[in-house]
Amino acid sequence: MDEPVMLSAWGMALLQALLYPALAPLLIGWVRKVKARLHNRRGASVFQPYRDLRKLLAKETRVAHTASPLFRLAPYVVFVATWLAAATVPLVARDLPTAQIADIIVLVGMLGLARFFLALAGMDVGTAFGGMGSSREMMISSLAEPAMLVAVFTLAMSAHSTSLSSVIGYHLAEGFVLRPSYLFAFGALVLVALAESGRIPVDNPSTHLELTMIHEGMLLEYTGRHLALMELAAHLKLLLYGVLIANVFVPWGIGQAFAPAALALGLGAILLKLAVLGAALAVGETVVAKMRLFRAPAFLNLALLLALLGLLSHVILEVGA
Amino acid sequence: MNIHPAFLLALLALTLALASSLVALPAARWPRALRWASLPLLALSGVAASGAGLWALIEGLDLGLTLPLGLPWLPWHLQLDALAGFFLALIGILVTAAGIYGPAYVRGLENGRESLAALGGFSGLFVTGMLLVVLAADAFLFMVAWELMSLASYFLVAFHHDNPANRRAAFLYLLMAHVGGLAILLGFGVLAAFAGGFEFELLRGAELSTLWASLCFALVLLGFGMKAGLVPLHAWLPEAHPVAPSHISALMSGAMLKVAVYGFVRVVFDLIGQFHWQWGVVVLVAGSLSALTGVLFAMMQSDLKRLLAYSSVENLGIIFIALGLALLFMSTGHPTLAALAFVAALYHAINHALFKGLLFLGAGAVLHSTHERDLEQMGGLLRRMPWTGLFFLVGCVAISALPPLNGFVSEWLTFQAALQAWQLDSGVLRSLIPIVSAVLALTGALVAATFVKVYGVAFLGQARSRHVRRARVVPMGMRLGQGLLAVFCVLLGVLPTQVIALLDPVAEAVFGTGLPQAAAGGWLWLTPVSAETASYSAPLSILLLALIAGVAILWARRGRVRRVRRCDPWDCGLTPPTPRMQYSAASFAQPIRRVFALAFVLDERKPTATDTRPRYRLRIADRAWSLLYMPLAQAVESAARRVVLLQSGNVRVYLGWTLATLLVLLWIIS
Repeated sequence: MDEPVMLSAWGMALLQALLYPALAPLLIGWVRKVKARLHNRRGASVFQPYRDLRKLLAKETRVAHTASPLFRLAPYVVFVATWLAAATVPLVARDLPTAQIADIIVLVGMLGLARFFLALAGMDVGTAFGGMGSSREMMISSLAEPAMLVAVFTLAMSAHSTSLSSVIGYHLAEGFVLRPSYLFAFGALVLVALAESGRIPVDNPSTHLELTMIHEGMLLEYTGRHLALMELAAHLKLLLYGVLIANVFVPWGIGQAFAPAALALGLGAILLKLAVLGAALAVGETVVAKMRLFRAPAFLNLALLLALLGLLSHVILEVGA
Repeated sequence: MNIHPAFLLALLALTLALASSLVALPAARWPRALRWASLPLLALSGVAASGAGLWALIEGLDLGLTLPLGLPWLPWHLQLDALAGFFLALIGILVTAAGIYGPAYVRGLENGRESLAALGGFSGLFVTGMLLVVLAADAFLFMVAWELMSLASYFLVAFHHDNPANRRAAFLYLLMAHVGGLAILLGFGVLAAFAGGFEFELLRGAELSTLWASLCFALVLLGFGMKAGLVPLHAWLPEAHPVAPSHISALMSGAMLKVAVYGFVRVVFDLIGQFHWQWGVVVLVAGSLSALTGVLFAMMQSDLKRLLAYSSVENLGIIFIALGLALLFMSTGHPTLAALAFVAALYHAINHALFKGLLFLGAGAVLHSTHERDLEQMGGLLRRMPWTGLFFLVGCVAISALPPLNGFVSEWLTFQAALQAWQLDSGVLRSLIPIVSAVLALTGALVAATFVKVYGVAFLGQARSRHVRRARVVPMGMRLGQGLLAVFCVLLGVLPTQVIALLDPVAEAVFGTGLPQAAAGGWLWLTPVSAETASYSAPLSILLLALIAGVAILWARRGRVRRVRRCDPWDCGLTPPTPRMQYSAASFAQPIRRVFALAFVLDERKPTATDTRPRYRLRIADRAWSLLYMPLAQAVESAARRVVLLQSGNVRVYLGWTLATLLVLLWIIS
């Protein structure tokens, strides 16, 4: 690869990395808007999450007396690790240098790092709700993370690569083939995405009712800019999972070259896919009720089982054939 | 006689370790002998050992040496090749850290009733034994050194012998070490019978039939697996490791378990020299079982050092998973993939030595400062012991296999090796490996949960007892020892290509091929198979993390009010929280305990509504005891009770038995 192309690739990667935090609140706003319409409410504007973040940034930041330095460090670690994980997922164009820095396993690791610090921050102040949130979050994630990894392995094994660019490229080159392993992996990833981004039926993003919360429990003591970073990280995570599912399973439309036309098409395609996914999420959250906490393991075991079935059907049916 | 300087350095390490043992003897009269002479000598011995090991790795040495010691017809054979060099370096680094850490730690023991001379003397012998096992090049010296290591560590486990539970743990350890030692001895016996000698050079050339080779493999797996704490042979480990003084616990978990890995690798990969896929399957299953069981039990512990010991079982499981993959790939004719899995195993071995050593030293610092091992009494230690808290955090992130630290690299390599399963021809193996990788993924996620619990309960929140509230900063030496290991944890995480370049000669010596592709894209890029298959750039991800962090800080801090104001915790506006209202270690683990309830034998007593003094009690027992150990112990006892029938107390009957035995023996040899 010669120098000018390299530069434009890095520039593209940078631009895409910046697009993530710019788009993430919009997706949240869109989901909330659709949900409100389904509830027969008018709902806030789709841009409301941006205004919330601006308001939080302008507010004073307060920290409990009992908090340690880790409490103030954690929002930055959580946000940065989530953003880096997101930057490795092709959004508009496919062949990015960031996808070589970190493959899918690193992506899962980065999300793990963010979660590790989020859970620690929840336990730092020493309140009961914080510990409760952390404990539940780690229980959910310890079942969701293996399901995610195994689902991702299915994709990686068919493409013989753990790089997301290569996986998407392989899928594009092959054309539309309905593989059983992909269907299983798709099901598993959807379930994992719901659990990991704290959506119904595992967690409820719009409640602060003590007995039901997981993610919110860890954030209870955060205010001001710390809370803004944590919130934006959560928004990023939802967007990341959305893009991952959209671009890996329905890659068509993603920019193959760094030409303006291809990129515009890529941007339009991903916005359309995310709008559909967001609407589906809103519909799902409207018709399904939140589960009891101890029903969540069954839900996640289903995800793990689906992922494992996907992997097995791949190695048994598809490799040998 | 011309000895290579690297070998001289290794011999110097041995001598220094022995000297450290000797100068500790007057410690009964002058306790300072331990602090001022013995432990510094131990640290120097570690430096020399790691120097010799690194030398052998960098230059790819393969040296032999015969010393005029030992039996008249079997002098001591020593060797220093890449494999020995790697483990020498690993032990050396850890011994150095323990030697730096030790003086301040043993100061806390000077007022106790335990014998400091025994502590120093046996520590030196223990290190000598470990170094000699790695350097040994004949089965006889290997077994002598192995027993030296086991016996010396027995006395270290029994150091706090006032407590009956500790004596029991030490006896269990001694028993298991000897059953394991016997299995290893028999394994060498099988090899030696075919080779006609005890030197490794001869054993390597032995021509074994598949049956005998498999028998030998089973024996050494049993023997070394027992030392390495593979499930279900692990029951001694969580009893014995925690009760030794903390720097010795670090050496036992960090280094001695790796010596068992070394023994397994040396005998199976080097001496037997045959590879069968069945062996790979056995090792894979044993490794997966250990990994999952280890982490589940670690999650349930509330004794910090015991928790770390269970986590060692889990990590050794991961190492054996990678070794099993290497066996499988080698037996099916994929030496490059075998080298990949093997390098992953070695990488995890050194990683585990570093972060487990670091965590045990941290637990020791907490113990030194608060006299507390129980997580339920801790809390808020980060603010009272900031350095220990920082180093412990590094250890927790590293052991949870999170980027950008070292634990992640070895786990990533293991996954990359497992993902190459599609190259195998057999459908059974192709579907076994994905299941193993799912187990590995589950283990990794549970480890993160476990160490969130450890760090969150011990170092964050508020102190749960008065003596923990009065914790103070530990002395400089203890901080230095931890800092050294923490720095290595970061370095091995950030510079994986350099580390793999060091490990390459070992794989090359064992499989005849290394990982030529690993650094094909320059030192920034780690590409174990090929650039298209997978790549990871730790330095660049750190750079990006730093860049994004800079952006995030600038962005978040441009608000009008920059000052942070302290206030009371909010906690949903309920009553002001007290330390007793925090989530405890047991309550943190409760959801996972409930999800994986089948794995444990739970004895839970909840208070009833009418209790005047409500108490909650929870006991978690290991199924291995009821399924394996107790039946065995009972069988031994009932056999002993049968033999008692011979004991009549009548001299004539005894003489009759003696005569009968003699006759039978004469009949057999005639």
